[in-house]
Amino acid sequence: MSTLGGAAAGTVTPRALGGVGQSVRDSLVVAKRNLIRMARIPEVVIFGLIQPIMFVVLFSYVFGGSIAVGGNTDPSTYRQFLMAGIFAQTVTFATAGAGAGIADDMHKGLIDRFRSLPMARGAVLTGRTLADLVQTALTLVVLAVVAVIVGWRTHAGIPKAVAGFALLLLLGYAFSWIGALIGLSVRTPEAATSGGLIWLFPLTFISNAFVPSDNMPMVLRNIAEWNPFSATVQAARQLFGNLPDGYPVPSAWPMQHPVWASLIWSVLIIVAFRTLSVRKYRSATA
Amino acid sequence: MPGAIFAEGLVKTFGDVRALDGVDLDVPEGTVLGLLGPNGAGKTTAVRVLTTLLKPDRGTAVVAGIDVLKKPNEVRRAIGLSGQFAAVDEYLTGRENLRMVGQLYQMSARDAKARAGELLERFNLGDAADRIAKTYSGGMRRRLDLAAALVVSPPVMFMDEPTTGLDPRNRQQLWEVIQELVAGGTTLLLTTQYLEEADHLAHDIAVVDHGRVIARGTSDALKARTGGERVEVVVHAPEHIGVADEVLRGFGKGDSKIEAHTRKVTVPVSGGAKLLVEVIRELDGRGIEIDDIALRRPTLDDVFISLTGHAAVSEEEQDRKEAAS
Repeated sequence: MSTLGGAAAGTVTPRALGGVGQSVRDSLVVAKRNLIRMARIPEVVIFGLIQPIMFVVLFSYVFGGSIAVGGNTDPSTYRQFLMAGIFAQTVTFATAGAGAGIADDMHKGLIDRFRSLPMARGAVLTGRTLADLVQTALTLVVLAVVAVIVGWRTHAGIPKAVAGFALLLLLGYAFSWIGALIGLSVRTPEAATSGGLIWLFPLTFISNAFVPSDNMPMVLRNIAEWNPFSATVQAARQLFGNLPDGYPVPSAWPMQHPVWASLIWSVLIIVAFRTLSVRKYRSATA
Repeated sequence: MPGAIFAEGLVKTFGDVRALDGVDLDVPEGTVLGLLGPNGAGKTTAVRVLTTLLKPDRGTAVVAGIDVLKKPNEVRRAIGLSGQFAAVDEYLTGRENLRMVGQLYQMSARDAKARAGELLERFNLGDAADRIAKTYSGGMRRRLDLAAALVVSPPVMFMDEPTTGLDPRNRQQLWEVIQELVAGGTTLLLTTQYLEEADHLAHDIAVVDHGRVIARGTSDALKARTGGERVEVVVHAPEHIGVADEVLRGFGKGDSKIEAHTRKVTVPVSGGAKLLVEVIRELDGRGIEIDDIALRRPTLDDVFISLTGHAAVSEEEQDRKEAAS
């Protein structure tokens, strides 16, 4: 049989199975596939930008004049304070993208195809979350430019600013693993999108992202100060030098040590949700 | 020695439903087994177990000599799966789809590229190779899906309803590819609701209903079980029905059946075409003019109905399929 069992097939020497090398290779193959898809459906990326840009404008100009930060009601002070919150909220939206993408792959039978191939078990999900990380990074770049246009600046030097963005990306990566688990658990891509978004609103609003937590009722204030999301916001603010003078740093441990808290929370989320997702993937049924 | 696909006592339940209720299968190397049954009979569940996608509650399965439950990843390397849906990425081109699958079968990037080119030509997708699969017709997508399953020329192939929803021309094309594949020595397990398809492609047929294999054998053997051939005569004049009936009963092995409104008389016989000639002579000798005469063999539809008490595909579904196509 000349064509179906063609020349290339005859000469293939398959690589050894297993090992970290295979995981990395397979994950990159899947990541490339997802990046090609993003490039061919740019509207997804574009819509992903509209909301955070709207938030930048709305909060800066509509709410900005009425929100006092550290006793300072100057709108430009609020704008400095706000940006880390918007950046952090934006990276968490990766959850919906990862969830919808994986649910769609399940729905279309692609997960079955992948699962019938001799590939590394976690690679389909890792590839997806890596592609989402790239998308999140692009979104952050555009958003940072918009932020600079409305007057946002960093005041603590470039290395610290870079570290701040790195923590934001790590949080986005962690949240895309939550999305992966949601995507594997629901029946339709639509359910994954809404399931990936609804809980993000309380999570990101009961936090220090848009207003300082010290005026909240005690219960909410405690939630806000221990919220994993708040830790990253606080860490980014600190690293960007965006905390206004006289801003009362809450006494909760994560607010006192935001960089560590942000790192710990993100790594914990990644480890927990990656483990659960990969387990779910192994028994996934369309 | 067990065949290229071997299963014993497979059981899988989903809640109260026993999707597989003790399925045994044995497909010798280089042959085609047609798994025939209605929707919900357990065909897809069986394929999912054999292709490592689903763990059975009980039973053993060995594919290409490898234990499916113990070494799933090695099984995956030896099999190709083409499912009910064309599982291709719509936003990737045909070429990108095949290269990705090749690389995930652990081929080097270069080998995967060469193989993708070869398969695209073979499946008449050369012109469409660099268009995204979203622009493909249903038949093209199905061919791309099948090509993806053949990237490493696996010794064992599984096809779950490969032609469901295809028009007759595309179905014919796919059948040709499948026949070529089998001629090359591939072992194939194929599920289908189309009796004609099983008849056409499979060496052996296993009829599945309610999670069990209820009959097994070649198409001819299964048909023989349902009762043999019969002669059908349609006479020209209604008043000749009585005489024709008398003649046919003289040749038959059992009771004749008369359908007065269509002027048709049917009788079970044995003796094949030679007998048919004698029947015609006798009828002619008695001066009976006939409109039609035929030797009928049972179809797999007859087999299915006699085994299960219901048709393979309900009439409602049949209507829906026809309306869709």
